[in-house]
Amino acid sequence: MYRGYEAVIGLEIHAQLSTKSKIFSEDATAFDAGDNENLSLVSAGLPGALPVLNRKVVEFSIQAGLALGCEIRRKNTFARKNYFYPDLPKGYQISQYDEPICENGRVIIFVGGQEKTIRIIRAHMEEDAGKSTHFGEYTLVNYNRAGVPLLEIVSAPDLRTPEEAAEYAKTIRQILKYIGVCDGNLEEGSLRCDCNVSVRPVGTAELGTKVEIKNVNSFRFVEKAIEYEIERQVDALERKEKIIQETRLYDSDKNRTVPMRTKEDAQDYRYFPDPDLLPVIITDEMIKEIHLHLPELPSARKKRFIEHYGLPEYDAIMLTAEKEYADYFEATTKISSNPKSTANWMMTELTRELNQANIEVDKSPVSPAGLAGLLKLIDQGIISGKIAKTVFNDMWSTGKSAEEIIKDKNLTQISDRAAIEKIVDEILSQNSKSVLEYKSGRTKLLGFFVGAVMKATKGQASPDLVNQILLDKLKR
Amino acid sequence: MDLLRASIADIGQQLRKKQISSLEITQYFLQRIAAHNSKINAFVTSNDNAEREASDVDQKLARGELLGPLSGIPVGIKDMLCTKGIRTTAASHILKNFVPPYDATVVSRLKRSGAVILGKLNQDEFAMGSSNENSIFGATKNPWNLDFVPGGSSGGSAAAQASRLCAATIGTDTGGSIRQPASFCNVVGVKPTYGRVSRFGVIAYASSLDQAGPIASCVEDAALILEVISGFDQFDSTTSNQKVPEFSKNLNKNIKGLRIGLMKEYMMGGLHPDVEKTIALAVEDLKRMGCEIVEVSVPLTAQAVPMYYLIAASEASSNLSRYDGVKYGHRASFENLSKTSLEEFYMRTRGQGFGVEVKRRIMLGTYCLSSGYYDAYYKKACQVRRLMAEQFQNCFNSCDLILGPVSTAPAFRIGEKLSDPLSMYLNDVFTVSANLAGVPGLSIPYGISIDNLPIGIQLMANHFDEQKMLNVGYALQETSPMTWRIPNV
Repeated sequence: MYRGYEAVIGLEIHAQLSTKSKIFSEDATAFDAGDNENLSLVSAGLPGALPVLNRKVVEFSIQAGLALGCEIRRKNTFARKNYFYPDLPKGYQISQYDEPICENGRVIIFVGGQEKTIRIIRAHMEEDAGKSTHFGEYTLVNYNRAGVPLLEIVSAPDLRTPEEAAEYAKTIRQILKYIGVCDGNLEEGSLRCDCNVSVRPVGTAELGTKVEIKNVNSFRFVEKAIEYEIERQVDALERKEKIIQETRLYDSDKNRTVPMRTKEDAQDYRYFPDPDLLPVIITDEMIKEIHLHLPELPSARKKRFIEHYGLPEYDAIMLTAEKEYADYFEATTKISSNPKSTANWMMTELTRELNQANIEVDKSPVSPAGLAGLLKLIDQGIISGKIAKTVFNDMWSTGKSAEEIIKDKNLTQISDRAAIEKIVDEILSQNSKSVLEYKSGRTKLLGFFVGAVMKATKGQASPDLVNQILLDKLKR
Repeated sequence: MDLLRASIADIGQQLRKKQISSLEITQYFLQRIAAHNSKINAFVTSNDNAEREASDVDQKLARGELLGPLSGIPVGIKDMLCTKGIRTTAASHILKNFVPPYDATVVSRLKRSGAVILGKLNQDEFAMGSSNENSIFGATKNPWNLDFVPGGSSGGSAAAQASRLCAATIGTDTGGSIRQPASFCNVVGVKPTYGRVSRFGVIAYASSLDQAGPIASCVEDAALILEVISGFDQFDSTTSNQKVPEFSKNLNKNIKGLRIGLMKEYMMGGLHPDVEKTIALAVEDLKRMGCEIVEVSVPLTAQAVPMYYLIAASEASSNLSRYDGVKYGHRASFENLSKTSLEEFYMRTRGQGFGVEVKRRIMLGTYCLSSGYYDAYYKKACQVRRLMAEQFQNCFNSCDLILGPVSTAPAFRIGEKLSDPLSMYLNDVFTVSANLAGVPGLSIPYGISIDNLPIGIQLMANHFDEQKMLNVGYALQETSPMTWRIPNV
């Protein structure tokens, strides 16, 4: 709530579908190609060039639609959206207009521990435009992106706060990444958001005038841009000003939105069915087949992690946040047979190293088998948990297995009772004053003795055994 | 041999018997171009490698390599089709210096079959016109009378073929652009079923109507060329995977028992008397050959021309958006480009690049697609189009082919209709329907006017029924008084 107003927010998310080639040509979609390298005559819009639909785009869109709980349209047509801009090679964008492939879906988001259902109005296939870069007096155009397949996902105006909007965007990204149709890479522009924002007095049902914020490319900016926009609109209303229906741009450096164009100069896109493309017929069999092979979605996986592995909800949420992460967990647990310790190690040591190195879990130098091997050594009492941490660090930097490292560095835990007893005796005799204090009731000193023994054994003594022997000897 | 009156099959036979070389054939037509093209203005760009390519065919022939049915056959290509390394302009200033990096599928299929491309043929700018007067290269002349138009938009193709500047040509037909000039110039033109021939590499005018096809000396040649260029193309989603018959081998003059439909709406007056006589003659000849003449009706014919201009202009307004001076083609020169607004850049470039008729159709089409007008114009036209296609289907339930005129009158004088675009548009009444319904059409020579100008007749068939249409054309070729008549140029 903002000074008696509430915000009404809807997002349009443009997700790049991770096909190998473009939506209407054989050009590659690779992000790192040289300028205008992925440019066939179709992408360049040469005279006589014709689009031919990439079947994969339709399959990916159906997958996304099913994952977002949408109905799938059986007869799909493409339309031309006509406008002039240098980065639009044909002078029109091929898109879907009044008959999108996906409709009437929903996703569940979690904000502040609460579940909320956000409706999805539609999702449609379209091609991306190229990229203009302005250099002071001149502009260069790179058409590599021209023809890259996009799925534009339009939410209902069900979002009420910037946090909800950001969470919704994250959830969409998570789902699309899970089913493998979008790499979700925000830096490379694989996911871009347009945010529609209006405000109205709390308790009223009528919608306020809508403002669209174009092309926001991070979740943090989605939140900040909407936050700014809500405040701006409420300020204006409090000053009795009218909100103008317009499109604005978010300036992340100055954290504000600035006007781009008003509704008056809104373009007439003159949509009409593209005569170069025949209608795409989607059969029930095709949908059934795709449904059958749809990967488990994050919400279902979370539930399964709780029920099947007995994990706390918090762990389950953390571990299923990304598909690769959850895959890593299951692969490790399969070998380690210890879900909880796998979860703990992943959420602490592994995550820390991944973050520090800034790499994805599937690129981790410590493989699921490697981590499982380490956890097994702990469970078997061969090394202590503490030693295991240094072993993990060595595994990370050398790529060796835990067993190799323990062998090389002679780190096997001392479980020889006699050996430990000898060291304990030495420690106790060196600290006779502390022994007396302990016996007079300062039992807290046990930790001090344990520490000293561990230090003397370079941490290789079995902590259980040390405790046991110390307690035994101090009792006398 | 008399190359002037030889069919493609005749030439091919001589070539295989080594009585003539591919190079000699090409040189023969190059000499005819050198001698006559300046009068007719049909060829606008020549293929500088034509002789070398012809020699290549000879070498292959000498090595006994497998050669296609068009080996050594010199052909001319309408400037609407992209030819790799050969300037392709659509007769427009906006593509004045455009050299495509690729061949249209039609062109690559011709080449694969052994054809030698002689050069590019004049046309109306972006195929918009019925007289070949709207061209940056100037008007093409009718070889039967240089004061008259050859028809359009494939006027260059028809004129070049009529005056035998090449052995065969390719044209494109969006609303009659193959059939009408074929009729005006006494040659054979085929507009194939929509989807029969790939549009890949054919500069788009109106995508849902455009089809490329042959303009040739005789029905046999047209059938052979059609057979070579037809068939599914992975680069054009609108091509059909229907099997392509061997049109030329299957030609059959026995047409006894076929039902020929005479369309009521086409015979309701307003025809030039010589056109009327020509149709009557064809009807008599068909009856004599054992055909049954039945009356058929497509009541929406009256709406065909407005329907065509709404749909074609709408699609054109979008298809021509890519010519913006950014990537290729003409760009206006600016004193200070970086201080020029984008709008100014587009307006000057496109303002200079397009001719009057093209601008007229872009504006008409933009208007039809605009919000508030879309439903009343473009959408309505598409709905009526579907109804008309159904009416055609009904006709083909009661007849095999529809016979009719190609044009209301023979060729008109150059300049005569330039100031009256509407009367020019109304001339297309007999040809646009085939494009709207997607059915094939054939124009063959059948008469001559009192002014010594040729008159063709049109046959239309059901979808993918070109063979039947070609067979009747083949039979009529025997009885036509105009068969193999060549103008004195």
